[in-house]
Amino acid sequence: MAQQLINGILLGGVYALVGVGMTMIFGIVQLTNLAHGEFIILAAYLSSVISVGLGLSPLLTLIITVPLMFVIGYILQNVLINKLMERGSEPALLVTFGLSIIIQNALLLIFSADANRLIVSFQALSIPLGGMGRIPVLNLVVCLIGIATLFVLNLFLKKTYIGRSIRATSDDKVAAALMGVNVKQTYGIAMGLALATAAIAGTMVGMIYPFYPSTGSGYLIIAFGVVVIGGMGSITGTLVAGFIFGLAQVLGGSNYGLLIGYLVLIVMLAVRPQGLFAK
Amino acid sequence: MSENILAIENVAARYGDFLAVQDASLCVPNKSIVSIIGSNGAGKSTLMDCVAGVHKPSSGRIFFKGEDITGLPAYEIVRRGLSLVPQGSRCFVRMTVEDNLIMGSFPGCARKGATSMLEKVYELFPVLKEKRNDLSGSLSGGQRQMVAIGRSLMSQPDLILFDEISLGLAPTIIKDIYSRIRQINAEGTSIVLVEQDVKRSVKTSDYSHVMLKGKIVLSGPSRELTEEDIKNAYFGI
Repeated sequence: MAQQLINGILLGGVYALVGVGMTMIFGIVQLTNLAHGEFIILAAYLSSVISVGLGLSPLLTLIITVPLMFVIGYILQNVLINKLMERGSEPALLVTFGLSIIIQNALLLIFSADANRLIVSFQALSIPLGGMGRIPVLNLVVCLIGIATLFVLNLFLKKTYIGRSIRATSDDKVAAALMGVNVKQTYGIAMGLALATAAIAGTMVGMIYPFYPSTGSGYLIIAFGVVVIGGMGSITGTLVAGFIFGLAQVLGGSNYGLLIGYLVLIVMLAVRPQGLFAK
Repeated sequence: MSENILAIENVAARYGDFLAVQDASLCVPNKSIVSIIGSNGAGKSTLMDCVAGVHKPSSGRIFFKGEDITGLPAYEIVRRGLSLVPQGSRCFVRMTVEDNLIMGSFPGCARKGATSMLEKVYELFPVLKEKRNDLSGSLSGGQRQMVAIGRSLMSQPDLILFDEISLGLAPTIIKDIYSRIRQINAEGTSIVLVEQDVKRSVKTSDYSHVMLKGKIVLSGPSRELTEEDIKNAYFGI
């Protein structure tokens, strides 16, 4: 039981990271990005290719994948999604669905359906907790990176001009424009940041679980869960939701994990549909 | 720079088939206060939205400091020194008062002096300093208008458009806000007041324009316009 609690809490940090990009786009651009899971897996594959190609630790590949995914997100939003959103949110929603299919199949074409995994040197290490179980070092590192990412993101949104302009745009985009904010460009930056978090999430999940071209949809569901439980647009909420979802899943074990996760989701939707931390 | 900070020439604007503004022309002399009055739906707000770049005019030209700004996006216009305090204040309700004000200094040219400007705004509205860490969504209507005015000042504008600043506020608060507006004007900022409240805005302004059904039906120096003229123009008698 103690071991499961530890595992669940450690998983929570990653789940929060998986969900934060989704919640940002939901809250700021008002778009449901159905390709978010695929972007996470795409980042995992990028990390794998760079790691093998350059002989780097997967953690160091973040130096390349994070900026790369930011640029992809920025361009994607500016070239494609901004134009579609002028015609309403449905076309943009459908295009993200299309993107998820394209990415999934492109990955299948290039990497085949075989399982892949990111290998790190401290894979099997763990810290004993004297009878209470053990803390796997890998999971601990992954969880801490997740929390650190959310912390830095939160700081960025709170303390910088660009961060404030992102929050202002999500509050009232007309008023934001009156303050001198180029709303479409801000959407681009928000999508860039969301995919940058997806890049980190991709490397993290790739280190703790095997991944295939089709695993993205599973992470999309987790992201949805985190968005719903935490309330859209709240980073604190995202973190807490990640822990709740992670715990629920681990306590349910491999048989009932997902089931319990979704039960929590349904209860949340029924009792507090705006999320735990919605303002 | 020309004598008029703002010149609106034959502007028309529509929402779909509805012609909200037809052939409106008016000037705002540098450092003056100009009021635009008219009943609900006369087209005043639409005209202001056209000037600030929130709505695109269907015809006509708008010049600010001698430059053609017709159809420019809002974020471009505020960078040139023209700021709109929108109807209903439109504060960023999930942001603190101070963050709202700092957002006002978003244009690159306004960031340098942002700290001293913030102090000025707090001097102008001391209550905002008290509530600097509160979410603006928790403030009263009058305080939100103060946030909106302060936020606009933070961009260090040469011209501020106030769209129905007194709507829904208690008379004492309106009086207070108007005295602040006069203070802002005295420091050299040109001002446009869009109001339904005829008496106060005409009394405060140098020039007045009355709008009716999308047209400007009466214009002149405020002190030369008689109450009778304004009443007739306002109601279209």
